[in-house]
Amino acid sequence: MIRFEGVRHAYGDRVVLHDIDLELAEHRIGIIGANGSGKSTLARMCNGLILPAAGRVLVNDLDTRKQGRRIQRLVGFVFPDADTQIIMPTVAEDVAIGLSRRGLSTSETKRRTTEILARHGLAGHHDHPAQLLSGGQKQMLALAAVLVTEPAILVCDEPTTLLDLRNVRVVARTLHDLDQQVILLTHHLDMLRQFDRVLVLDEGRVVCDDRPEPAIKHYQALMES
Amino acid sequence: MNTLGLYVPGSSWPHRLPAGPKLLGLLLAVTGVLLTSAPALVVAEVVLSAGLYPVTRVPWRVLGRHVRALLPFLLVIVIFQLVTAEWQRAVVLAGGLLAAVLLAGLVTVTTKVSAMLALFERLARPLDQVGVSSRRVALVLALTMRCVPLVASAFQECRDAYRARGLGRGSWRLVVPLIVRLVRDAEALGDAITARGLDL
Repeated sequence: MIRFEGVRHAYGDRVVLHDIDLELAEHRIGIIGANGSGKSTLARMCNGLILPAAGRVLVNDLDTRKQGRRIQRLVGFVFPDADTQIIMPTVAEDVAIGLSRRGLSTSETKRRTTEILARHGLAGHHDHPAQLLSGGQKQMLALAAVLVTEPAILVCDEPTTLLDLRNVRVVARTLHDLDQQVILLTHHLDMLRQFDRVLVLDEGRVVCDDRPEPAIKHYQALMES
Repeated sequence: MNTLGLYVPGSSWPHRLPAGPKLLGLLLAVTGVLLTSAPALVVAEVVLSAGLYPVTRVPWRVLGRHVRALLPFLLVIVIFQLVTAEWQRAVVLAGGLLAAVLLAGLVTVTTKVSAMLALFERLARPLDQVGVSSRRVALVLALTMRCVPLVASAFQECRDAYRARGLGRGSWRLVVPLIVRLVRDAEALGDAITARGLDL
């Protein structure tokens, strides 16, 4: 569970989050809002990438300010542009590097890598240059590289922004089937219909916190106003 | 092939050989090549180096690419030596360089980047004693290699954007947008490394 307690954050003079108090405990949580509404800052606070200027963020009662290392193992993070998330030249190497700090044997690392690649439709791409994968495959690789470390929570910051409809559906299905708690930021509202809870952010404030249908309606009305 | 045009997947015995012995063998072989002063021997070394490529079963075009990349330098060396010295010297210098590059290429086409990095990390481990993290050294090397295609693609996109606006080839005017783009990418890459717990 992730808890925001009186969280406030600003970039220079621009306040991007105003006194956020939240408990994120549901299995599937969506976050929507206009560009610049503070979604990404909120998401990045979930695994300590950004520390709040005021207040605190707790992940399973661990403070992101004090226990960043443990939190980064608990919370996996997927970025909008898979290209900047891929570190190693080949597919298998990129997945395996995430396990390099886990003290696993070479054979166990290989086993887990093979298994996760197969599960995400990348079997047979082990030695394929990651750079040359399609956009959808790159995003699946980014997901696989995070999931191989078995995080308890997965935060996805607009993972489908650069994808076509087919790949959006592949990513949606993958997220749907995960056992982990998933926090998804997206502009693809259809992805959120089966979620447990959706937050709408506007100018750094949570303006709606509800079931998907009413929250999406609120957001659409907000965008049309 | 990988993004840098180095590793070519395969299962030949050079592929299966660990990175350490391969690099040690390369070091010894290149030292031998550079110490050779007889033109006939140098030619034999070039033939032998090229002859090792079929063993790895990598496509011939890989060998061709290595030779093509070196060709301008070889030409300069040969012409310069023919003008200032004698043909034997030209053969020894150009042939020695070609053999060394072919041997180095053989190691890179048969060795995964991860195996190289693991070796470098092991070699850098003594630096841990003086406060330099060998893991970080390996990560920096990995990122350096990763950044080559990223920079190339950023340059391509900036140039295309410039052309699309009908502003010509861009030249020095591409520097600012390219740097802005690279700084942004570097920041995103840094975030990803932190998020994946790789900077610990």
